[in-house]
Amino acid sequence: MFRQLSAMLIGVLLATPVFAQDTIRIATEGAYPPFNFIDASGEVKGFDVEIANALCEEMDANCELVTQNWDGIIPGLIAGRYDAIIASMSITPERQEAVSFSEPYYSNKLQFIAPGDSDFGPGDAAGSAIGAQRATIAAQWLEENVPDADIRLYDTQENAYLDLESGRLDAVLADVYVSYEWLDSDEGAAYEFKGDPVYNDDKIAVAVRKDDQVLAERFSEAIEAIRADGTYQAINGNYFPFDIY
Amino acid sequence: MDLQGFGAQLASGTWITVQLALASMACAVVLGLLGASAKTSGLTPLRWLGTAYTGMVRGLPELLVILLVYFGAAMVINQVASAFGYTQYIELSPFVAGVIALAFNYGAYMTEVFRGALATIPRGHTEAGMALGMGRLRIFRRIVLPQVWRVALPASGNIFLALLKDTALVSVIGLEDLMRETAIAVGYSKQPFTFYLAAAFIYLGLTAVATLGIHWLERRTTHGMRTLSG
Amino acid sequence: MNWQVMIDSFPALAEGALITLELVVISGILGVLLAVPMAMARVSPRPWLRALPLAHIYFFRGTPLLVQIYLVYYGLGQFEAVRDSVLWPYLREAYWCAIIAFTLNTSAYTAEILRGAIQSVPRGEVEAAETVGMSPALIWRRIRLPRAFRIALPAYSNEVILMLKGSALASTITLMDLTGVARTIIARTYTPVELFLAAGLLYVVLAFLILGGFRLVERRLNRHLQPG
Repeated sequence: MFRQLSAMLIGVLLATPVFAQDTIRIATEGAYPPFNFIDASGEVKGFDVEIANALCEEMDANCELVTQNWDGIIPGLIAGRYDAIIASMSITPERQEAVSFSEPYYSNKLQFIAPGDSDFGPGDAAGSAIGAQRATIAAQWLEENVPDADIRLYDTQENAYLDLESGRLDAVLADVYVSYEWLDSDEGAAYEFKGDPVYNDDKIAVAVRKDDQVLAERFSEAIEAIRADGTYQAINGNYFPFDIY
Repeated sequence: MDLQGFGAQLASGTWITVQLALASMACAVVLGLLGASAKTSGLTPLRWLGTAYTGMVRGLPELLVILLVYFGAAMVINQVASAFGYTQYIELSPFVAGVIALAFNYGAYMTEVFRGALATIPRGHTEAGMALGMGRLRIFRRIVLPQVWRVALPASGNIFLALLKDTALVSVIGLEDLMRETAIAVGYSKQPFTFYLAAAFIYLGLTAVATLGIHWLERRTTHGMRTLSG
Repeated sequence: MNWQVMIDSFPALAEGALITLELVVISGILGVLLAVPMAMARVSPRPWLRALPLAHIYFFRGTPLLVQIYLVYYGLGQFEAVRDSVLWPYLREAYWCAIIAFTLNTSAYTAEILRGAIQSVPRGEVEAAETVGMSPALIWRRIRLPRAFRIALPAYSNEVILMLKGSALASTITLMDLTGVARTIIARTYTPVELFLAAGLLYVVLAFLILGGFRLVERRLNRHLQPG
């Protein structure tokens, strides 16, 4: 019994270390529909995933997609678990100190959503229970601009919506396009955007390790190329009826 | 219970959970034997090391150890590797990180179990081995270990059950075990109660099977004893 | 290793440690209150009474704490009946959900520890109490429970340490406990190793404090057994 177990164990330990070849390993989160999510067949899908595949094809690179929890996604990149992050990551000054970004591949805005029948407005944020995903630009915006709000940070964006639905939250602050998808679903039907976007300059890009400028440059060029040849617009059309670039 | 097509995902997650639990337990047993040997060793620094290990693990949350191993160990391993001139990146998958973290944690508990079990073996047995001219390692393997298994089995069984449940924590670093597959299904279906309850029942089934297995092992290892007690 | 980050985050981590301690103490006390009647039922001579707490004990000892927390926090929120109930003001707070999950979990383990302890109270002591004409309720209050508590104390201190370690899961439902604070700081500084090590150190300190506290109580309870 113990011999079998240890044999199995040695097998496992020997089999799992994978040595990097000439592949680019790309991390995404898998809990951020419609940009990246996992469906019933266990496959990762979404806008980010299609963009990642298109970029890899353009760069003629062999890519490997892995999923990683959001709050560990930058530490994982720094630790060298993978070489790039294509997971709807916004460019922020703080992140730029830790990683390098390509040129943006889409833009976004931050806007509050709340129940349709509530009179919540962005001005009421202080003193309300507001949800956001941990380690996102929305969480950071809340911490910096309405520190008096009861800020609740979630492991995934989906869990924040679950709690808005259960009534634990007065509002959620999130990227507009992510909220679109949810507001469109059965669960989100009773909720709506409140007020104007509070932050307009949200640029989303591919992140790579800080010293990996070459790779960032390759991604930037590939983004430009798929914009030019219409691949980008086709993918965009699968998700949104307007250009999100 | 309507699983909305996620049944296969849950099943594959369950299989990962089982593999993770068995591999971690095997490592924990090895660590436990090493730890117990250190704690009962004649060398003072070894004894200190053993005591520091079990004392520290007692207070460290499993979740923290898992996160620390996942983010920390990868960095350490690669720094050591590059110090030796090895430039390729060594990947530490969530599975291996989970095994290391759980084994580190439960190895400390196994250390205490084995230390207790070692203490129950009469000195005379070792002396008898020595009188027959057996080497230390041989005495350990042929005389001490077979008896230690038997004494340690009930407590080890309980530790395995605890470990089995703690495998759920490895989902936090992205291993697609039962817990993570369940969370994915929840994200998709927006039915947390249905799916977490389903997961709870699968875990209950796993612990029930494990309990049966432990009883079977206990019966097998006490085979020789039964004739003695009548 | 970035020592500055560890030093800078210390005040925030200490605040998180207080929340952790609060969670452990409150659910520990509630857990014991729930465990006592369950343990008493478990040693009852009536089979149906013995079977009563079994489902609870079996479920909470047989499933991961993480599943239990998610069931209480996200699971119960799925039902409108729950959201309309009088309990909702409590259930909507992550803090109380964590306490409910931890309490139910620890009560199952504590009940089994107490059952073992009650069964190991020497029969003679109970018989002696019966002989002097004490009522069953009085025997429970004056003999069996106090004796059982003393016997159970070392095993119970272990259970409290396990609860301390389990409390780290509160961070998964938005609570800013020690682990939650560490994870939130990491989201800004990207220094997981430093922060998790610092948090780990604080957990070990908490564990020592708790064990020290139990040792003091033990010594007090066993005063009469000590020489001098």
